Amino acid sequence: MSISARNRAGSERTTRRALWPGRAGHGFVALYVVLLIAFGVVPTIYAIYFAFTTAGDTFAGFSNFTDAGGDFRFLPAVGHVALYLVCWLVSLVVFVVGLALLLHRLASRGVSKTLRFLFYIPGALAGAASVMVWLFVLDPTVSPVAFLLKALGFTTFDQVVAPGGLPILFTLIAFWTGAGGWILVMYGALNNISPDILEAARIDGAGPWQIARRIQIPMLRKWIVYMCILAFAGGTQLFVEPELLSQASNGVAGRDYSLNQLSYDFAFQNNNVNTAAAVSVELLLLGLVAAAVFVARSGFFDAD
Amino acid sequence: MRRIALAAAVTALTLGALTACGGGTATTAGGSASFSPAAQGDGPITVWVDATRLAAAKLYQQQNPQVKMKIVTYDGDANGSNYLQTKVSLFNRTGNGWPDVVFSSQNNETTWAVQSGFTAPLNKGLIPQSTLDGWATGANAPCTVDGTLYCLRNDLSQTVLWYNATLMKQWGYQVPTTWEQYQALGLKVATEHPGYLVGSAGDTFTPEIYLWASKCGANQVTGPKAVTVNTSGPGCTKMATLLDSLVKAKTMATSSVFSTDFNKNDARKVLMLPGPSWFGGALFQGGFKTPKGQIAAAPMPQWTGDNTPSVGNVGGGTWLLSAHSKNLKAATAFLTWATTSDDYQGKLAPGYPAYAAAAKTWLAAQSSSGYYASDVSPTLQAAANQVWPGWGYGQFSQEAIWAQTVTPGMTAGKSITSLLPAWQTQIANYAQSDGYKVSQ
Repeated sequence: MSISARNRAGSERTTRRALWPGRAGHGFVALYVVLLIAFGVVPTIYAIYFAFTTAGDTFAGFSNFTDAGGDFRFLPAVGHVALYLVCWLVSLVVFVVGLALLLHRLASRGVSKTLRFLFYIPGALAGAASVMVWLFVLDPTVSPVAFLLKALGFTTFDQVVAPGGLPILFTLIAFWTGAGGWILVMYGALNNISPDILEAARIDGAGPWQIARRIQIPMLRKWIVYMCILAFAGGTQLFVEPELLSQASNGVAGRDYSLNQLSYDFAFQNNNVNTAAAVSVELLLLGLVAAAVFVARSGFFDAD
Repeated sequence: MRRIALAAAVTALTLGALTACGGGTATTAGGSASFSPAAQGDGPITVWVDATRLAAAKLYQQQNPQVKMKIVTYDGDANGSNYLQTKVSLFNRTGNGWPDVVFSSQNNETTWAVQSGFTAPLNKGLIPQSTLDGWATGANAPCTVDGTLYCLRNDLSQTVLWYNATLMKQWGYQVPTTWEQYQALGLKVATEHPGYLVGSAGDTFTPEIYLWASKCGANQVTGPKAVTVNTSGPGCTKMATLLDSLVKAKTMATSSVFSTDFNKNDARKVLMLPGPSWFGGALFQGGFKTPKGQIAAAPMPQWTGDNTPSVGNVGGGTWLLSAHSKNLKAATAFLTWATTSDDYQGKLAPGYPAYAAAAKTWLAAQSSSGYYASDVSPTLQAAANQVWPGWGYGQFSQEAIWAQTVTPGMTAGKSITSLLPAWQTQIANYAQSDGYKVSQ
């Protein structure tokens, strides 16, 4: 290829790029949009259709919703999920931000890399598999940390999974499997804060505590809100942890614990897909409302 | 992690959206009364079995190499997992995928499978009545809906009192014949030989061993969708009090006999253990590895003054034939073989066969094996006809309800007696959510 030909090709490319500057970006997004429609939008519409119809495909009004709300498992499940969400969101915000700040402080030392790797490992395991690990950890007869469980007064698996402690257990499992990724995201966000600002604060006499409280955390706010929205939506959909625990304990703990399990039971045990869809639609609404509140209160979309 | 569940649900919904938009999935009771088979062919049959019944499918394939079989193992619906029901309701949506023959460890499958049109009626021409007459009396009761037979019972799981004959003799104890004697002996063992056990109340099937045998009216299924639940009758309270006193004396274990905890700490300290017929092979011989010549079986104790002996029942699986099968001939042949053949039921099966002729072979094999301290056949045979008929087979899992309601309370130190009202409420709740009319 001669130099002039190459120049011509190059200039054509430049023109094309100028015609549609974001084409690479649109290409990437298009793939996502296809998946979103296939696995997000279509099922959502389908669920909404189900929620307002009967098994015979006639309009049902809100009767599926009142059926779901009137079920004896509904209110306890709402209570369980609410309690779990409180534990899960508080622990997530406090520990993820705390650990990310700690990681950032240690950034200059080699130990930070090791810690980042360690935090991320559980997240790299496939979801259900990492919950399975916990089933062994929590059984005092086979647990590698049996001495800890025994020190806490637990000698049998049934004692460990007593109903009162379940929100804490599920929080532990969810934190272990899901928080590592968020710690790395926060760490990345911390690295985006200009060193000049931190330097200026230091010159003004701010200690590490003050820097964290007055500069780093306020600048992380959007990331924290983003994490809360996703964690809230994920938390209301609690399913794998109680379902696996229920199987492992032969149904002693975790059966019909969460709203998603209730929806699953409606669909597959009571053969009532419509009421199941009503529960799903309620969860969707809850997630959307919570997201709207978080976004509105935090100025999530405000330009900096 | 939740994303996986979400993805699974979403996939299921999308599949449904793509394939069955107009598919009327409304199921009507008795819809299968008019059974019209699918177009028949000579295609392969798909067989679903649990790990234990895998041997049956494999042996059949070995003996009949010309039959094209696809053998799939699944959890057998153990502990009421509802795997089969979940799958069938998805297959009903997509309109294909049903297995031809299924083994389930539960015997209440007909409560949903008939309604969803999955099971084929067996006594309407598929299997000759002369063959069906060979089952033990009442064995196929859980399979019968309005006079039509929708499944075949695999094994009977009548309860007996398993005991360690060597220890009983060594310590000079008499095998109890009444519950009063049983309780007295339990309290005596607590002082004379602490650490030894006279039973276990830590399993999900505890109510089926003790309360069923004691004629407790917690599960009186009176019609296809009607149940009477009453846990405050003497059959329930007397047995609950007995269990409480022995739990307190620590001669009644509160952990599952299948738990690692039990196997590690208690397996060698079992003096007596009321339990189903399959405890002998599956638990003592296979699980606990109790040496040969020690274990024997006695009839379940009865309450003093009760002249009609009654025993409980724990499981005893069922075989179902799909109404959608495209090769009913091959499927029925396998189903009949798996439930009646001496080669499998008589010689290989771990549980007491529900088919009487196979049961004879099975009992003979048990007594000639030399594992038991004395012949267990007469005890097992007698108990087979004494399963109390007042405890029914509902769609809701009694085992799951007990596990969820009573076990956590017991773990927290509450007495079974104090948990009976909560147990009743929960049975009624679950029965109602399955569409049962509940009387209390």
